[in-house]
Amino acid sequence: MAKADSEKLWLSGNEAIARGAWEAGVTVASAYPGTPSTEILENLVKYDDVYTEWAPNEKVALEVGLGASFAGARVLVTMKHVGLNVAADPLFTASYTGCRGGLVIVNADDPEMHSSQNEQDNRNYAFAAKLPMLEPSDPQEALTMLKEAFELSEKYDTPVLFRTTTRLAHVKSLITVGSRTLGPVEVKIAKDPAKFVMLPGNARARRQTMVGRQQELLAFADTYAGNRLEKGDPKRGIITAGVAYLHAKEALPDASFLKLGMSWPLPEQMIRDFAASVDELIIVEELDPFHEIHIKAMGISCLGKEKIPATGELNAAIIKRSLTGEGPDLFAPAEMPMRPPNMCPGCPHRAVFYNLSKLDVFVSGDIGCYTLGFLPPLSAMDSCVCMGASIGVAHGLTKALGGDQYKKTVAVIGDSTFLHSGINSLANMVYNKSHATLLILDNRITAMTGQQQNPASGGTLMGEAAHAVDLEQLCRAVGVAHVTTVNPHDISGTMKVLKEELERDATSVIICRAPCVLIPEMRQKKITPLTISQAHCTGCQACVRLGCPAISWQPLTPEEARELGKKEKQKGYARISAEMCNGCGQCQAVCKFEAISEVEAGS
Amino acid sequence: MKPSGNILFSGVGGQGILLASEITAYALLATGLDVKKSEVHGMAQRGGSVVANLRYGEKVYSPLIDPGQADFVVAFETMEAVRYLPFMHPKTKVVVNTHKIAPPSVATGKAVYPHAILEELAKLHIATFPVDGFGIARSVGEIRAANLALVGALSSFLPVAEEVFLAVMEERLPRKLAENIAAFKKGRQITAA
Repeated sequence: MAKADSEKLWLSGNEAIARGAWEAGVTVASAYPGTPSTEILENLVKYDDVYTEWAPNEKVALEVGLGASFAGARVLVTMKHVGLNVAADPLFTASYTGCRGGLVIVNADDPEMHSSQNEQDNRNYAFAAKLPMLEPSDPQEALTMLKEAFELSEKYDTPVLFRTTTRLAHVKSLITVGSRTLGPVEVKIAKDPAKFVMLPGNARARRQTMVGRQQELLAFADTYAGNRLEKGDPKRGIITAGVAYLHAKEALPDASFLKLGMSWPLPEQMIRDFAASVDELIIVEELDPFHEIHIKAMGISCLGKEKIPATGELNAAIIKRSLTGEGPDLFAPAEMPMRPPNMCPGCPHRAVFYNLSKLDVFVSGDIGCYTLGFLPPLSAMDSCVCMGASIGVAHGLTKALGGDQYKKTVAVIGDSTFLHSGINSLANMVYNKSHATLLILDNRITAMTGQQQNPASGGTLMGEAAHAVDLEQLCRAVGVAHVTTVNPHDISGTMKVLKEELERDATSVIICRAPCVLIPEMRQKKITPLTISQAHCTGCQACVRLGCPAISWQPLTPEEARELGKKEKQKGYARISAEMCNGCGQCQAVCKFEAISEVEAGS
Repeated sequence: MKPSGNILFSGVGGQGILLASEITAYALLATGLDVKKSEVHGMAQRGGSVVANLRYGEKVYSPLIDPGQADFVVAFETMEAVRYLPFMHPKTKVVVNTHKIAPPSVATGKAVYPHAILEELAKLHIATFPVDGFGIARSVGEIRAANLALVGALSSFLPVAEEVFLAVMEERLPRKLAENIAAFKKGRQITAA
């Protein structure tokens, strides 16, 4: 298709945003990966003349963006919704400094929590930080509106929030693309202390500038073409934005619509006129009653969350049923086992959680692939809150429990998450004398979001070699005297170190280092799969308890067991799928009967 | 009025669902239809149950298929054909790979793989088309071509000529094109009658 018409491309929302950033003349972009925002920078890096980077966290990414904007560049910063919490500190004051070059912050919300620990509605940040927020509905709007966001940013001297959700980020459609135009601002050192140095004296003056800007943006909202009236049956008037607009349009195609492309500030006059033109005004929005509250604050009565659910994703059927009571009868779901995600065959994390599952400890977990250590059969995680929380939570536990309970307290964090927001907490553990044990699961990559580089991985987003943070030295530098590095695939060796360090009355760190099986070097490695000798398997299930996707349990009846020459009471045996096995050897290490060996060549 | 429809692709993370849904989308686009496709990445992958929504028609608004509105279900794993039963209607056509992958609870012996799970569809008189995806893939000499066999079986039902699918595959498949086309054709034969 792309060949037949070079102007039209089949792109996801994230690919369209990357394209839009390139067309808008963006020259600097920074981000920390996070679903559903990750693919924006992964695509932007493919374009020429744009510097792109993975920052260690979202706060750093936004500060990088702010600096580049102060220099006059057009800048894109991207993150998932919870990332904006991390970046909230610079965000609120960036609203005071404003920018020179256009600064757009893409914020990807995740209603339904497909890949997140909460489903906060970040439109609230636009209100709280007093920033304009654009909200496209589909990939075409994402591209067009991203370019408008840069113009808005420069014209009104403000960072612009750009909200997407999973059903825009990961939705594909055919869109018309354009060419690249550079921004109008000259890139240079431009000193402007009254604007850039936010001491109270300067900030008070900027606060007044912001008041004026908010008035100007209010007036702009009423003229913005992205806020669009679609006249229909005046009986029902719907105000909606983002992907909720698409669902509502599908549910009630004949209704009148006020489609908001700008979610904050609201076009007050348009809303008043629209409300007056319809019999019943309904606000259709995903998650919080954000527009509803602010429209009600205008003194306009409307229906909202008493009809439309405030949790989870919407779809056309939910909206239709909520507003009309109509909907088809549905087939009931059939009963069947769930299919949750699992760590990959050969994942080094699995062995760590296998060991932890054998110990009577509280495992304070963190955000990454290793959060899957929570699931059965490993079931070895007792808390997980947000990026970096594992270490502070473990410290708090030991302080509350007192005595020698640190011997039962373990924090588990990945390499990328440790660099994101774990280092401060580790310094705190040493400084405030907590003797819990920290496990850094160093798989050499930011794995969960799809193998992105980080400051400890030795490479950059743009494909260059880079200094790799020495995690051992870093831990020693904050004052950890006992840092041990283990190969997690060595299950008994790791267990020995774990037991020693749990007993130790000092802060200790165990770095469990083995690469993620999905990084390119590991994918190219020749794999010798393992196999289980049926003659030797006693059905003890030690290997099955690893929860490896390549290992499966085959139940046996007493008759079947007898036929196979086994004891009648043997309930079954384990098998390894040669196609799925990664040859990591963890199952071999836990088998007490030497039933597991390498598949012989040619067999 | 142009034809419209909803295709739900379901399976297990890592089965090539993305590529299969891409080939189908490009073929529908080539006929001048509006197409939207929705996927989920991140935590939802890693061997978990995955789904892609593909909708086509004169003009598609919502990227999501509503419950009870899937016209076609293409399941890459047997049980995953039935998991999305509430999305089907009495006239839904289900193309299902006869390959079975044990979910963790079954692999660890805590649950059993539901016996004769496709009976759930038969009971409701939902038209079901089993495809031995791996058998076909082995027979054409490319073990990763099972997904194209399923696309082939689906293709008979879509308002797209076979030549359009073949042209899209030629443009989009960098490796093992002949084998993938052979798998597609074998899949198509199953539903062509």
